[in-house]
Amino acid sequence: MAVSISRVPGRSDFHMQAPAKKGLPSEKILTGLVVAIVVILSILPMLRLVQEILAPGGRLSIAAVEAGLSNPSTWTATWNSLVVGFGGTILAVLFGTAVAILVSLTDVRGRSAFVLCFVTPLMIAPQVTALAWLQLFGPASPLLKLIGLAPPLGTRNPLYSAQGIILLLGIQYGPLVFLMVRAGLRKLPRELVEAGLAGGAGRWTVLRTIVLPLMTPSIIGASALVFVSCVGNFGIPAFLGIPANYLVLPTLIYQRLAGAGPSVLAEVAFLSVLIGAIAMAGIVAQDIISRRRDYRISTTSLPVEPFELGRYRVLAETIMWLIVCAILVLPLLGLFLTSLVPGYGIPLSLKTATLSNYSFVLFDHAAAKSAFLNSSVLSVTAAVFAVLVAVPLGYFIAWRVSWWTKILNLTVEMPYALPGVVLAIAALLLFLKPIPLINLQIYNTVWIILYAYLARFMVLALRPTVSGFHQIDRSLEEAAQVAGAGFMMRLRTIIFPLVAPVAVAGGLLIFMTALSELTVSALLWSSGSETIGVVIFSFEQGGDSSYAAAISMMTVALTFLVMLASNFLAPHLPNGVLPWRD
Amino acid sequence: MAGLTIDQVSKRFGEHEALSNVSIDVADGEFLAVLGPSGCGKTTLLRMVAGFEKVSGGRIVIGGQTMSSAEHSLPPEKRKVGIVFQNYALWPHMTVAENVGYSLKVAKVGRAERDRRVTEALSLVNLNGFGDRRPANLSGGQRQRVALARCLVSAPSLVLFDEPLANLDVHLRASMEDEFADFHKRTGTTIVYITHDQAEAMALADRIAVMDKGKLAQLAPPRELYREPANEMVASFISQGIILPADVLTAAESGHCRVRVLGQEVVVRCRPDERPRAGAKLCCRSPELEAVGAHEEGIPVAIKRVVYQGGSARVELSPVERPDLNLHIEQADPVTLEAGVEARVRIKSGWVIPEAGNAS
Ligand SMILES: Nc1ncnc2c1ncn2[C@@H]1O[C@H](COP(=O)(O)OP(=O)(O)OP(=O)(O)O)[C@@H](O)[C@H]1O
Ligand SMILES: [Mg+2]
Repeated sequence: MAVSISRVPGRSDFHMQAPAKKGLPSEKILTGLVVAIVVILSILPMLRLVQEILAPGGRLSIAAVEAGLSNPSTWTATWNSLVVGFGGTILAVLFGTAVAILVSLTDVRGRSAFVLCFVTPLMIAPQVTALAWLQLFGPASPLLKLIGLAPPLGTRNPLYSAQGIILLLGIQYGPLVFLMVRAGLRKLPRELVEAGLAGGAGRWTVLRTIVLPLMTPSIIGASALVFVSCVGNFGIPAFLGIPANYLVLPTLIYQRLAGAGPSVLAEVAFLSVLIGAIAMAGIVAQDIISRRRDYRISTTSLPVEPFELGRYRVLAETIMWLIVCAILVLPLLGLFLTSLVPGYGIPLSLKTATLSNYSFVLFDHAAAKSAFLNSSVLSVTAAVFAVLVAVPLGYFIAWRVSWWTKILNLTVEMPYALPGVVLAIAALLLFLKPIPLINLQIYNTVWIILYAYLARFMVLALRPTVSGFHQIDRSLEEAAQVAGAGFMMRLRTIIFPLVAPVAVAGGLLIFMTALSELTVSALLWSSGSETIGVVIFSFEQGGDSSYAAAISMMTVALTFLVMLASNFLAPHLPNGVLPWRD
Repeated sequence: MAGLTIDQVSKRFGEHEALSNVSIDVADGEFLAVLGPSGCGKTTLLRMVAGFEKVSGGRIVIGGQTMSSAEHSLPPEKRKVGIVFQNYALWPHMTVAENVGYSLKVAKVGRAERDRRVTEALSLVNLNGFGDRRPANLSGGQRQRVALARCLVSAPSLVLFDEPLANLDVHLRASMEDEFADFHKRTGTTIVYITHDQAEAMALADRIAVMDKGKLAQLAPPRELYREPANEMVASFISQGIILPADVLTAAESGHCRVRVLGQEVVVRCRPDERPRAGAKLCCRSPELEAVGAHEEGIPVAIKRVVYQGGSARVELSPVERPDLNLHIEQADPVTLEAGVEARVRIKSGWVIPEAGNAS
């Protein structure tokens, strides 16, 4: 699931090069350690994947590429991936931009509450979103039944379709566009708008000819990010597409692997590179387009004065909260009601409602029980590890700007920028055989999932930490240095305490994202190493929606608790680290 | 052309009263400068005239038409005022020509006519041939000129400037100042011009409004502001006037009266209705003080600091009797005074600050 902290273009360039220092041993060791971690987590899997495609078994060959290209299902899935990728992106961009403009440029009330509600779907795992919506519209929908609108049992759920996938992708990632465009609008100096008004242009003209063109960098950036997320999304097409036999590349890979096991690894490696290539094409296109439009806004000023809606204000506010109802309240309500249903199709009433689904998944179902443990340990470990690495890594990237720290930064971004399937396949390839030298077998254990999580989510802690470093006055460290503190001492007593809140906030994001992660673990799990995401998925596939809903409700509740708890950190955080806080 | 009337205007931001009961009449074709310490409400006043802020009380009338009142506010796009911002506010996604021609395009002026007027406006600010450039590729002075051209192109009858030269270096400022003055003379546009720079205001304006803490402190032509400040704030704010306690001894007679200041009796300028009173304040400008020989009649002073400024020195001193008062004088080369020594100073003239609440 993509949780992005707004990317600041052109960051870090203005930071001065650190003066040359005598190489302290502890600093060198730490540098080496950090670089080694990045190499192992980011570079190694990518190299392994490329090797598998171009030179399987050590000899140059394009047999795998040829085999992949000649298979018609490859083409169908690629086409489908592009359809839902573009469809989801267009929907998310239209939706997110419109809401961002409404919230940022008009005088609607209750903004922070709305932003909180609107951004929350981003914090909920895609497969939970998918499940919730399925419960809302399906023939078994307890909500529709309550109001007597449910279609007859046996009717096909309208969401089992390409349109359904596009709709949910748009809803899932609309908030991402919203966050990025809103960040851009906040930086728009009010004079640029006022100069247009003074020139005689009405509000709509100013919006069309000044505001929107100036927002294109934000919108294009958001589009690329959303496109990558849509193309790489597994949860939504898995829940909505597989029943309709509408396969996209990630679900095709999943089906191949689930059906034939590691024997088809070479083939799916090609497919995963194909997704990677599509995603990269999106990013490159964004880069090319935005390079031609360098609308950098250099001045700082107050943000634009909100436009008074007058008598339309109540209407706009009503629409805003209807949106919240539609994308948050109703699906969660559907999910909640389903989790109370005693069995498929049984109408829900006060008499039939039961908590037995919860007790079943918590106490009786072995896989579910171990999944709770696995996912908790995995996400906590990934979060703690990422925070510990992000602080020194962020330090080098933000304060020791040089060519190798830039490469380091890009390298860490890669496993997250590329779809999760790509990383999962790379990890499979890497660890299918025992690790050489130490002869350790982590394939078919929970450790391979941990490895993938560390690689994939590191950047979620790194980004806020780097921006945290940028906001701290470098002289704080220099003062400690003058006072004679060595590098490790400064790291422990000065640097870590200063950036700890941001890094921890990043860790919380990782925890939330990893807790009900599905894309990676769906490909890497084995008996005994199930994750919550996997268990939800298998319950739903087996028709046990009520169990799936019960687990989902618990993860959603846990997500809300973490969001609530993280508010205690908020006063110590720069703007935008916690995406749901306005 | 249009005059501007600001009538009893107030503005509150929540609890904070940013402006209270400000009234200014700007005649048709007049160049009004607005001066005041930071945060006194200059920008707020300008933004209310442009229509970006609503007034909390009072009226704003432009060219005979009420634009703002507490009940009603005409939106900025209908006011036909031009505005030049301190940060230029050029749209980075448009070329210079597109920036300048924007308001014409909005008004659906035909292509040919638009091009002609854009060229005309650009040549007015000496930027012929810059039409195809992007604002990012211009120097600060050029950007400010584009901003000026953009506001001129629609021939507004009232142009507002908010510290237009604050971001420019000293040399550019001087040449842009000339251009503004030239532009005003040529077009006869009514101008309201906010600045921090007193010399700039004095050089350009027909009249200057001095603001202080949201109130109008004085509205007068530059010379009057300098020579006859209406209150202590204006007296000390403009050119660092020196304020001294004084007793008025005689009633005004042809604009002068006799006062006692720091133990000396001096004839100074005053309002025609000035009459004898104790506890008055005298405003002296540094040229109105002069250092005199040790044996001549004068106020004994201790010299605190001498700052050489090239050709002359600024000498800061305090009366021996009243070390809490700070005076300063200029001494031309050769500078003989130095810190720590005692000297004598004579007051040649000054201005009796009118009694508070005794408006002219
Ligand atoms: N939108 C606003 N909300 C609340 N207070 C405001 C707002 N705009 C201005 N103020 C306050 O009103 C006062 C006057 O501000 P204004 O910008 O008019 O000052 P100024 O005279 O232009 O100052 P400067 O010379 O520094 O530009 C200040 O105290 C400022 O904080
Ligand atoms: Mg101002």
